[in-house]
Amino acid sequence: MELLPENQQEFFRSKAAAIAHPRELVIDALRAVQSHHGWVPDEGVTLVAALLGILPIEVEEVATFYDKIFRRPVGKRVIHVCDSICCWTREGEAIFAYLQEKLGIAPGETTADGVFTLLPTCCLGACGDAPAMMIGLTTYGPLTPQRVDEILAQVRAEVSA
Amino acid sequence: MSPRISEYPQVLFKNRVPGETVLIDGYRTTGGYTALEKAFKELDPATIRDQAKRANLRGRGGAGFPTGIKWSFFPADQPGKKYLVCNCDEMEPGTYKDRELLRADPHQLIEGVIISAFALQTPVAYIFIRYAFEDCAANLDRAVAEATAAGYLGKNILGSGFDCEIHVHRSAGRYILGEETALLNGLEGKRPNPRSKPPFPAVRGLFGQPTTVNNVETLANVPHIINHGAEWYKGLARTLEGAGTKLFGLSGHLERTACFELPVGIPLREVVEEVGGGVRGGRTFKACLPGGASTPYLTAAQLDTPLDFEPLEAVGSRFGTAGVTVFDDTTCMVAATLNLIRFFARESCGWCTPCRDGLPVVAWLLNKIESGKATFDDIDMLKDQFRNISGRSFCALAEGAMGPVAGLLNHFEQELADHVIKGRCPLKKK
Ligand SMILES: Cc1cc2nc3c(=O)[nH]c(=O)nc-3n(C[C@H](O)[C@H](O)[C@H](O)COP(=O)(O)O)c2cc1C
Ligand code: SF4
Ligand code: FES
Repeated sequence: MELLPENQQEFFRSKAAAIAHPRELVIDALRAVQSHHGWVPDEGVTLVAALLGILPIEVEEVATFYDKIFRRPVGKRVIHVCDSICCWTREGEAIFAYLQEKLGIAPGETTADGVFTLLPTCCLGACGDAPAMMIGLTTYGPLTPQRVDEILAQVRAEVSA
Repeated sequence: MSPRISEYPQVLFKNRVPGETVLIDGYRTTGGYTALEKAFKELDPATIRDQAKRANLRGRGGAGFPTGIKWSFFPADQPGKKYLVCNCDEMEPGTYKDRELLRADPHQLIEGVIISAFALQTPVAYIFIRYAFEDCAANLDRAVAEATAAGYLGKNILGSGFDCEIHVHRSAGRYILGEETALLNGLEGKRPNPRSKPPFPAVRGLFGQPTTVNNVETLANVPHIINHGAEWYKGLARTLEGAGTKLFGLSGHLERTACFELPVGIPLREVVEEVGGGVRGGRTFKACLPGGASTPYLTAAQLDTPLDFEPLEAVGSRFGTAGVTVFDDTTCMVAATLNLIRFFARESCGWCTPCRDGLPVVAWLLNKIESGKATFDDIDMLKDQFRNISGRSFCALAEGAMGPVAGLLNHFEQELADHVIKGRCPLKKK
């Protein structure tokens, strides 16, 4: 699968050439690869380095720092379940357990059909709507098992559409 | 909505309509961008910096440093590149006020950033925004485009000769990016460990140039101070020494968990009982985090504390980010503290040993106590770890992690002991 379309590669190449500190684009470029390719393989790291004219290690040390850059394959949609304090006070642990049971996977795993990867995350900034989770870039809350069912069905339908 | 909420002056949330985002026309209808016009046409940068100082505006990012004083250190008149950076990392559990502000009324921040950039003479500003806030980032992109089209942003703003550009930088996770020097490394595309201070960002910040970092809510207050004056701003608070309103994010075991704009200095009891609608299900208040995950717990004995910087320090806690997380009488404070420490341990950047190695030990001890397998030696070891980490870490993350541990040791020593004596969590339902 292609890492990044040629027009986007050109965008980063010319922007890097036009600014004083091309390295400041590293997160943007990693996120671009991830949103196109799904995750960032080694070739993605070397591509970003080449586009910005920096060393692969300079990209890698950043890529491995952030928890929302995936250096391993993930499903089509990553579910991030909040396990911080406000969600904890509002049955967040039960929701996390329900998701594991419903999807038949443990945290860190991907469903057999390749649709969902389940991960814990710290506070999503949705503490007033606890318990909360984020799928892709969309935040959901307050969650109940029934709401979780509806959301999963809806996202599955979007993915297969 | 609480019946009392209409009695509180609404400044930052005056345009807020649930589920909607105010665009530039709506923003201008209620006086938006009049402060910017006034600043550029009638005031000079030094006067604006002085107004922030006289208004006693204090940073809303957690540390509460007086903004006017911070700005007075800034070499605004020094030639060369300088930067203003707005911190919208907002990842401390219990804190969600900046998101609510940017969902409702993003132009307030844009106007605040432009006026502040003018006051500090920084032609380039960055807004650093966390990964999970894509909704807010999109609102900001649109607000920047609207403000540019209206002539409030770009070259020679309102004929003043001052240029300003705003970049919205999207991050990719990790709480440490909220620490201002880690944030600067993150913006530069480097591995975001914190930097040592001094040199402070005002001397050597982004790309080695003078930089000021301010929180979203701090900067959003600036247009209102310019419009209505320092005395008006100070008068908004309930305490004599306090100033302004504050966005409080309510969470935990309350009936109403939402974000409200309330006067600085409002007593905790009023927030819990009136605004928050009391403890959920008619239960009893046991404790709360008054200002986010890094602030020591308050108990029922402290419900009459005014929520402002000094009064909270006087009772051994901190105002922090004003994210109030309430715990009812069924909550085990050992388990709550374990949850908090696991957050800090996972988000440690790994740079220094007290934090990287110390926080997992604290989590291990708390887990041992919670599961009923601890002895009194373990409680002593917890106290040792607390002393060993406090004041010894490279940045304030581990210091903040010790906040709830301090609260646990100060207010809930008996609860800790009960876990050892009973050999199980005394609050867990069997
Ligand atoms: C671990 C850590 C996380 C922080 N997170 C944030 C944050 O998310 N937002 C913020 O404005 N300040 C945060 N701060 C405080 C900033 O370092 C800095 O003091 C603040 O952005 C200054 O702005 P202010 O003076 O307007 O409050 C954090 C500090 C630490 C140590
Ligand atoms: S205290 Fe923690 S987060 Fe801060 S520098 Fe040390 S390891 Fe990193
Ligand atoms: S604690 Fe879960 S969203 Fe904040």
